[in-house]
Amino acid sequence: MIDLINVARNNKSIDEIIEQVPYAKLIGMQALYIGDELLFKLPALDSNIGNNTLPAIHGGCIGGFMELAAGFHVLSLIECERIPKVVDFSLDYLRPGRFQETYCRCHVVRQGRKVVNVSISAWQTQEQLPIANARVHLLL
Amino acid sequence: MTDSNDAAKQIQAHVMEVIDGLKHCKSLGITSVSAGRGQITLALPYSEALIGNPETKVIHGGALTTLMDTACGFAAVLGLDEPMIAPTLDLRIDYMRSATPGKTVLGEAVAIRVTSSVVFARGTAYHEDAPDDPIAHCTASFMRITPEAKQAEEKRKATTKHD
Repeated sequence: MIDLINVARNNKSIDEIIEQVPYAKLIGMQALYIGDELLFKLPALDSNIGNNTLPAIHGGCIGGFMELAAGFHVLSLIECERIPKVVDFSLDYLRPGRFQETYCRCHVVRQGRKVVNVSISAWQTQEQLPIANARVHLLL
Repeated sequence: MTDSNDAAKQIQAHVMEVIDGLKHCKSLGITSVSAGRGQITLALPYSEALIGNPETKVIHGGALTTLMDTACGFAAVLGLDEPMIAPTLDLRIDYMRSATPGKTVLGEAVAIRVTSSVVFARGTAYHEDAPDDPIAHCTASFMRITPEAKQAEEKRKATTKHD
């Protein structure tokens, strides 16, 4: 697995790692490279709906998407000996997560010897109008 | 049993039905176990589709995030005198240990305080055979939608460009 991750990092093919993670496949997430920048996409899947009447994406699904994205983002930047573990996760919901494509961008705020602090912002129509902001601590 | 007790039981049964009907909960396999005034317990059975680390077969924290968001959200709803959907303001989860592959995770949540505009909830995820060895702790707050607030929001949306 780690060999695969190292190859994927060098080839900018994070999708190959996503392919190996069943939960990421279940919610349908994808990696998007724009030049050297890595973004993530959560397509509007019927199975991700958490409010059938609005309809809206389940808040927990948006959270799971952002947690996964932070992990993949770290794997794309830092050489790890194993898949980083989530220690804690804090999420602010800013706007309704409507039933449409959702994107997120991650940023490493601080990399320590054992722990990385990553901030994540998710949006739908415009990046300037985030639907959720989060931060996560990952154990390397 | 008094009428109000019957009404509360009906609401609790209805909330459990609503949860079981949510598409994303169905997708992950989350089901309701029990509900009471301001409290609820949900179950997330182990499934290979939820694996986050293919080497250890441990489920991803994201699946627990959905379990705890749902549990805290509906505990908040059940903490109101007149239950109605309360959108999540924020959610924080501490992962204390990995869930054991093959075992069902229970998510238990309680509404700890109801104010005029916000409901605070707290929850724990654990395996049935080890309730004192929690997998995750969660705290969350939810916005109450009062009829006045709903009216004000509609007025604001009509007069502003962005949501």
